Amino acid sequence: MLYFSPWKVVLILGVVLLGFFFSLPNFVPAENRYVDPANPDQTKGIWTILPSQTVNLGLDLRGGSHLVFEVDIEDVRQERLGDLAEEARVVLRNDPPIFTARPAVVGQQVVIRVTNPEDLGAAYERLRELNGPVTGANGGQSLDQRLSITQDDSDRTIRIAITEAEISSIRQRTVEQSIEVIRRRIDATGTTEPTITRQDEDRVLVQVPGESDPQRVIDLVGTTARMTFHMVDRSVQVGPDGQARTPPDVMILPSDDGYENFVAVKRRAVLSGENLASASQSFDQNGQPAVAFRFDTTGSQVFGEITSQNVGERFAIVLDGVVITAPRIRSPILGGSGIIEGSFTVQEASDLSTMLSAGALPAKLTPVEQRSITASMGQDAIEAGAEAILLGFALVIVFMVLAYGFMGVVSTTALLINVLLILGALSGLQATLTLPGIAGIILTIGMAVDANVLIFERIREEIRQGRKVINAIEIGYNRAFAAILDANVTTFIAAAVLFMMGAGPVRGFAVTLGIGIVTSVFTAFTFSRFVVAVWLRLRKPQSIGF
Amino acid sequence: MSFALVRFIPVQSNVPFIKGRWIAFIFSALLIVGSLGVFFAKGLNYGIDFRGGTMLEVRTEGPADLSAIRTTMSGLGLGDVQVQGVGTDRDLFIRVESLSLEQIRQIAPDLVTEDTSENGAQQIVRQYVETALVESFPGIELRGSSVISPKVSDELVVKGSMAVGIALILMLVYIWFRFEWQYSVGAVLALVHDVIATIGMFSLTGLEFNLSTIAAILTIVGYSMNDTVVVYDRVREEFRKYKTLEISQVLNMSINLTLSRTILTSGTTLVALVSLAIFGGHALQGFAFALIWGIVIGTYSSIFVAAPLLMLTGVKRTSEEDEAEARFADKR
Repeated sequence: MLYFSPWKVVLILGVVLLGFFFSLPNFVPAENRYVDPANPDQTKGIWTILPSQTVNLGLDLRGGSHLVFEVDIEDVRQERLGDLAEEARVVLRNDPPIFTARPAVVGQQVVIRVTNPEDLGAAYERLRELNGPVTGANGGQSLDQRLSITQDDSDRTIRIAITEAEISSIRQRTVEQSIEVIRRRIDATGTTEPTITRQDEDRVLVQVPGESDPQRVIDLVGTTARMTFHMVDRSVQVGPDGQARTPPDVMILPSDDGYENFVAVKRRAVLSGENLASASQSFDQNGQPAVAFRFDTTGSQVFGEITSQNVGERFAIVLDGVVITAPRIRSPILGGSGIIEGSFTVQEASDLSTMLSAGALPAKLTPVEQRSITASMGQDAIEAGAEAILLGFALVIVFMVLAYGFMGVVSTTALLINVLLILGALSGLQATLTLPGIAGIILTIGMAVDANVLIFERIREEIRQGRKVINAIEIGYNRAFAAILDANVTTFIAAAVLFMMGAGPVRGFAVTLGIGIVTSVFTAFTFSRFVVAVWLRLRKPQSIGF
Repeated sequence: MSFALVRFIPVQSNVPFIKGRWIAFIFSALLIVGSLGVFFAKGLNYGIDFRGGTMLEVRTEGPADLSAIRTTMSGLGLGDVQVQGVGTDRDLFIRVESLSLEQIRQIAPDLVTEDTSENGAQQIVRQYVETALVESFPGIELRGSSVISPKVSDELVVKGSMAVGIALILMLVYIWFRFEWQYSVGAVLALVHDVIATIGMFSLTGLEFNLSTIAAILTIVGYSMNDTVVVYDRVREEFRKYKTLEISQVLNMSINLTLSRTILTSGTTLVALVSLAIFGGHALQGFAFALIWGIVIGTYSSIFVAAPLLMLTGVKRTSEEDEAEARFADKR
């Protein structure tokens, strides 16, 4: 147990050195490591060879906003059902037409009632054309059908529902598209290093370092930004409370344009945000902030036709169900570009143009969890944590040296290496250090001596039983091994469970605790054992005074 | 050669732990009954992680006038609002419970639209409180905010309880695998004892019970297990060594032999945690207190509960593996 082969010595020292190298950047200011501290790709001088990454601080230490948004799948399902009802109506009207009541969405189904009972079978066959296999994860086809279509002879109805397999495929696509859109929107604001990832089934985690006002992120990410263009219906008189007698193809929308509270518009959108090629913040002729936009080719063509045919009429630009502006068409607009005037601030106009360029979200996103902190508060936490680490470390050193003398010095040296290894592992693996993570390091400092204590106590005991020093040390290491392993595996299990089940900051605690357990067992069995072995060889002590 | 300056822990102790186990059992039983009693009577002071709502951390320009802030807050019609000073006289926490959609519609009718969900609407509460604070107390600094919707807090309750449950089951399995079932039952009973006592402490003191408390409980479980395993490992070893001694004697000897280690490790851990409690800032204070309590109770339970429990679970002198080996040897 006390003999170390040369390659083992190299390995032990190598790991220690590696930990040292990886932790080194944390002690050197960024301007000495990078040519441009804001750009961690260009390293300077010796740092091109040495690892240059520092510990990745969590948002609770560097300041920023952590938000979890939930995708409203029920909303998407309802929309899809609405489309299905329309598609069903179209196929049933094909030649020869099958007469039915208008397909209607009832709960989570489309219900179609056939007029003549003998048409039921034919209608069922016709509607099966709408079905098909679910698109699989890689664009391939799966065995599951998208729809479940059932016919009920007793009340002459056919019911169409969306299958679970299709819903889960829709969920997958919706979340992925949402992430894409959110990334484009946030990137456009110039934020550095945002994290946008899927969480659980139907959630998106958005972390924006440096932005301590969550409302900015919520406004940017939580707005669906579905823009549509509708013709205004002049024939409908809207009361001040938004009540009006409307034909089926007209709807009343609230208005935000500053002139009127409600506008009656045609249900059918003539154009949508998908036809936009670009949007940018600009100013109108009165110097008010506005959003300039340009349509793509199809959009320009349609827009040209509509404005030519409807000179003198008004059209409404609708964003997420609210009219932003409803200008009168004075002359045909053929160039395909225009300007949205509304009662915007510059910031609002800029955010809106960002969202229009990035595209609409495929579904409504609801913020369900939010944690934000300013940078100065994070800095306070770092300082408090650093103080606690230093004091805790000092106290443990005093304690160990008082209890074990020289052996205590060995184990506190091992402890120092341990902390460097944790720091190195965090930097090298680019794991995130959170505030609870700092608590994990302090706890590790307290507990890491345990392996050494177990060994030393065992050595003491063997000496008491009259063994020679060298034998006692040898046996002490051997016998303590099983207990150390078992004891640390149990703590590691707790850390692993915490890592898997825990959320956000608490995970950071599990990370440092877990790394700390591994490094403390490693240092006890390699580094401190090696030091003790060297010491034994050099001094050949006949007794140890503990 | 002498190295140690002070030897403050008795090198060889011989405390009759096993003989006095009934005292410890009665004490533990009272502790458990008391903890459960307090828990059911008083409940826990759940943080927003577990009951949803809004938490703001603000810093006032001068010394904070808590009563003025409380008056302003209670005038907002938000139900139960807690205003609490932390650390310095300028820093404080404001906690608002999660409100129903109807309540939110009443305080901010223009921000609630037709498709606002109750979960998303909690953000409106935060906006509303922040605006009110900045208007009534110009110069106030908004330093942090958290909003947990009722949906997420419900999930966190389930996840948190599951985490503790899974950890206990995994430890049970691991100890079963490494030792015998008698050990495993004893160890896990001791852990349940620690968890209940910690929950009792939180209930009694009214310390905020949140996500990091779950982390603390899992750490306590890990630490207490660590202690127990060291004692059990020794018990197993001594059983093999002394085939003729009484079980109670072997147990007592094992506890005493590992006693100085138990005390030393608890000592260094406590020393580090005390430093965390003093200097770690208010955010980590509750966490540090929970751990300090847990280390004390975990150390106690390893010595006074887990080891003596082996008398009750009927631990066998030889393990099944040893017996199998013996049978194998006989055949040869």
